[in-house]
Amino acid sequence: MTYVDKNPRTKLMTQLDQQTLNEMQAAAEAAISAADTLEALGAAEAEVLGKKGSLTSLKKQLGGLEPEQRKEFGQLVNTTRSAIQEASNSRRAELSRVARMAQLEDERLDLTELRDEVRRGHYHLVTQARDRLEDVFVGMGFQVAEGPEVETAWYNFEALNIPDWHPARGSFDTIFVDLGEPEEVMLRSHTSPVQIRTMENQEPPIYIVAPGRTFRTDVADATHLPAFNQIEGLVIDKGITLGDLSGTIDAFVKSFFGHDVKTRLRPSYFPFTEPSAEFDISRADGSWLELGGCGMVNPQVLRNVGIDPDIWQGFAFGFGIDRLAVMRYQLDDIRELVNNDVRFLRQF
Amino acid sequence: MKVLLSWLREFAPDIDGDPVELGETLSALGLAVEEMSVTGTGVDGVVVAKVLNLRPHPDADKIQLVDVDAGDGEALQVACGAFNMSVGDLIPFATIGTVMPNGMEIAQRKMRGEMSNGMCCSGAELGMGDDHDGIMLLTGNVDESKLGMPLNEALGITEDILWDLEVNANRPDAMSIAGVARDLAAGLGIPFSFPEPTISETPELITDLAKIEVVDPTLCGRFLARVLRDVQVGTSPQWLANRITALGMRPINSVVDISNYVMLELGQPNHTYDLNLVPEGHLRIRRANAGGESIVTLDGAERQLIESDGVIANGADEAIGIAGVMGGQSTEISDSTTDVLLEMAWWDPPSISRTVKRLNLPSEASVRYRRGADYGENMERAMLRFGQLLAESGATIVSGQLDESGDTPDRTPIRVRPAKVNGLLGTDLSAAEMTTHLTSIGFGVEPAAEDLDVTIPTWRWDTQTETDVSEEVGRLFGYENIPRTVPKGIEAGGLSDYQKDRRLVREILVGAGCDETQPMPFLAPGDLEKAGLPEQGVTLSNPIVHEESILRTSLLPGQLKTIAYNQSHRSGPVALFEIGHIYLPPNDGELLPDEREALCVAIAGGDATSAVAMLDLLEAQLALPNLQLRAAEPAGLHPTRSADVFVAGKHRGEVGEVDPAVAEAFGVSGRVGWIQLDLGSVLNGPHGKKNYRRVSKFPSSDIDLAFVVGNDVSAAQVGITIKKAAGDLLVDMSLFDTYRGESVGTDARSLAYALRLQADDRTLTDEEVGTLRQSVIDAVAKNHKAVLR
Repeated sequence: MTYVDKNPRTKLMTQLDQQTLNEMQAAAEAAISAADTLEALGAAEAEVLGKKGSLTSLKKQLGGLEPEQRKEFGQLVNTTRSAIQEASNSRRAELSRVARMAQLEDERLDLTELRDEVRRGHYHLVTQARDRLEDVFVGMGFQVAEGPEVETAWYNFEALNIPDWHPARGSFDTIFVDLGEPEEVMLRSHTSPVQIRTMENQEPPIYIVAPGRTFRTDVADATHLPAFNQIEGLVIDKGITLGDLSGTIDAFVKSFFGHDVKTRLRPSYFPFTEPSAEFDISRADGSWLELGGCGMVNPQVLRNVGIDPDIWQGFAFGFGIDRLAVMRYQLDDIRELVNNDVRFLRQF
Repeated sequence: MKVLLSWLREFAPDIDGDPVELGETLSALGLAVEEMSVTGTGVDGVVVAKVLNLRPHPDADKIQLVDVDAGDGEALQVACGAFNMSVGDLIPFATIGTVMPNGMEIAQRKMRGEMSNGMCCSGAELGMGDDHDGIMLLTGNVDESKLGMPLNEALGITEDILWDLEVNANRPDAMSIAGVARDLAAGLGIPFSFPEPTISETPELITDLAKIEVVDPTLCGRFLARVLRDVQVGTSPQWLANRITALGMRPINSVVDISNYVMLELGQPNHTYDLNLVPEGHLRIRRANAGGESIVTLDGAERQLIESDGVIANGADEAIGIAGVMGGQSTEISDSTTDVLLEMAWWDPPSISRTVKRLNLPSEASVRYRRGADYGENMERAMLRFGQLLAESGATIVSGQLDESGDTPDRTPIRVRPAKVNGLLGTDLSAAEMTTHLTSIGFGVEPAAEDLDVTIPTWRWDTQTETDVSEEVGRLFGYENIPRTVPKGIEAGGLSDYQKDRRLVREILVGAGCDETQPMPFLAPGDLEKAGLPEQGVTLSNPIVHEESILRTSLLPGQLKTIAYNQSHRSGPVALFEIGHIYLPPNDGELLPDEREALCVAIAGGDATSAVAMLDLLEAQLALPNLQLRAAEPAGLHPTRSADVFVAGKHRGEVGEVDPAVAEAFGVSGRVGWIQLDLGSVLNGPHGKKNYRRVSKFPSSDIDLAFVVGNDVSAAQVGITIKKAAGDLLVDMSLFDTYRGESVGTDARSLAYALRLQADDRTLTDEEVGTLRQSVIDAVAKNHKAVLR
């Protein structure tokens, strides 16, 4: 295509034919693909498309053309400009990608190299077992009661219908404390004193569990500790039956151990309950494991705390907490629970 | 209590079936089976042999050579390590090929060059008792006619089932074969009866030979006596020895063995006196003299008695036995005894219990007295049984028995309301069904309109109330048959605020990397002193070990021991915490210790600042109001790196670092950051109140201020002054640098604070910020003689 000279500027215009533009585009594209850094690319692009670029200055001259020519030629310039811009953009994307890859490669990490440890502490196994038990009983409608670990003979024995001569007293292997008269103050040998303290301070109905530390004169060995943990349950309400006790224990066991675990009650004897029973849970092999003791609160115990046994009836149960932890993790030595070796504590 | 199936069958012949199921029945009746075993199976290959000759081993002095005749008349040479045999003795002999209970197979072998063709056996080796002392010498009914006979056949031992039962303290009746048989028969629904023993009496009258005086009726409810003559103290018949051995008692002589046999069979303890050592056969039953009295008991010990002890005295009023506990040496049966005064008594259980406990003299007899033996016709039966058994060895029985009474339990029938029984058990049993259950174990039942009048049998001393009777009904009905229900009145359960907060404390500390510990609360004497604490720990009267004889007054010693233990196992730095009770001496007028729940944090390898940082975390999470550290030198802690902790103006604990000397005394190396708080007081006091502050949308202004402050002024005090002066516009403040050096002098340091000021309704002007800055500087300068650096 040839353009007709109409004014003094046409001399230049005559050079603006398609070929010139093609050449200009080819040169620019060559420069763009030759650019191997973003900076070089910028320079190459500016050479053509920048404020003082060759194509830009060409465009500035379009004003001197006839409107028709201006339009036609303007379109050609724009097409060329777009093509160059696109080539530049594409080259820029490529160079950015390469640069990013280089950067990322530079940052490559072996994630298995040791880093600073984020450490959380560990709850003691007994706390874990106790919290789980509390949660199950709270879900069943119980409150959690607590009491002192050093007790008087009244709370540990007499109020529980265990007078001083009673054969059962000896079986508690009580650790006594040098306060008061001989054998008047002791480390509680069971959590049952909390029953008495609760009933003294609270009107029925009462639905409590009482977890806590208890003590016996057992020499520490793989299966015994002189200080260990028990949980005690007490319900006092109107019309409570042995059937309620049996059902409550069954509901607890199913919730705590699993729904396929069965329970049974066997007649037994405790001075503070009448009737009394021991309760067993079934093991996978079909045999029974004795878990704890229970029974209907002896009317004499209710009288001892000023509750009328003709109106109120109730049940109580108790069992060891530590043993549950031992069973759950098949610990071979219960002393680990009081050794506080962090190599043990941090396993759970 | 151990029971043999064959023995039970003498009272309930129809007992039959799988021994495991029978055991389950016993357990369901409340007689829990602790162990079941098959006894009397014998050891194949062990026969009766006779010792023909004994001679030294030529090359060994710890063994000898024995020739035995194992039944074929041949002399077999055996090497043997025991020396208790004599020529002519009959012994158990394990022939070649016998597999012993311990798994060892007997083979022909040379011992130091001499051939040994079998083994002479001890009782222990045969699984027949604990006697390791020497070879079992066969006496009694085993004679030479039994040479070569299998041992069990010769001894008349047959296969049997032995159950070891756990008998509860409320079941005196089940401390006997007969009582267990009665329960089992009731449980199985089969007949039970006593084979009534019979005796023949000589014309002589007991009233001419003995006299009983119950001086104290509160001590002795009933006292029976009989006289037996022509007694020859010898060896018991084999069957009797076998039975008491199976039940765990050791045969001693015919009189002692029969005494034990009657006790095991009928549950009736008894005592024998050499009648010729009791002047006029006169026994007086009384309490020990108030002025002090002593007695030499059967074990040879002289024992001082106190007024509450029961005594059997002779006519001269000298104590010759401690009632229900142990007989006296002066009237003991010996090999030369020919006349026996036999006692069957019922003693007041609490009286016997107190004496047994005081003298620490438990026995098979007192176990039964303490639970309340039978005071009814069983006493006479036991008397006849004793006579019957001793008569078999030639003894004769004088006519009549003495029977003196004291106070026995009230046997007025108890009114039992079936509705009450059902209401307790959760059952719907009729009065007739209850009657069936109760009469099956010997309770007397008479209908009384809707109710039942129940007479408690004499063998159930502990059964005294309607509730006790309900238990019997439930037991025989079967606990497994009671429908399972749950209480209907249950309301919402929950933890108290205190219990929730205590869990929060654990959560905070575990989240901050601390491991929870639970050492036992016992300390050794000197531990408190070693920890720099006052030695005011309450002591235990009967500690298990001396090292655990004091109750802790602080969690510090236990934690230091724990740290030392872990350091010795190279466990690296440890951050530990504990929530547990401490036991301070009782307050005035109190009997019990001042027991508190305490919290401690011990950071081994951390210093005081790490402890304060942990305390700050607790302060923020629990929203402890106005927590202050006040200069102090708490016991056991580093005097210049510790402080008292105050919350809402009350002293609640200590924070800082363990005194290096204390740490060293416990074998702990390095610094230990330490917090101990009276957790009970902290959580029961004000805390947890968190106020909302609107998050401002306007820009904030930061200013940094460094002051040179004297060492006697704490950073906390300066901080309080800054907060006060900056007022509500101060939204954040931190101490970001401290500097000590020559440029600020030796008595002071520079504290640099960053303050962020912000209003929630406007952007602060430079002028406002400038004014506030100046008032902070002025306040700090004025209150603490501080200079802006």
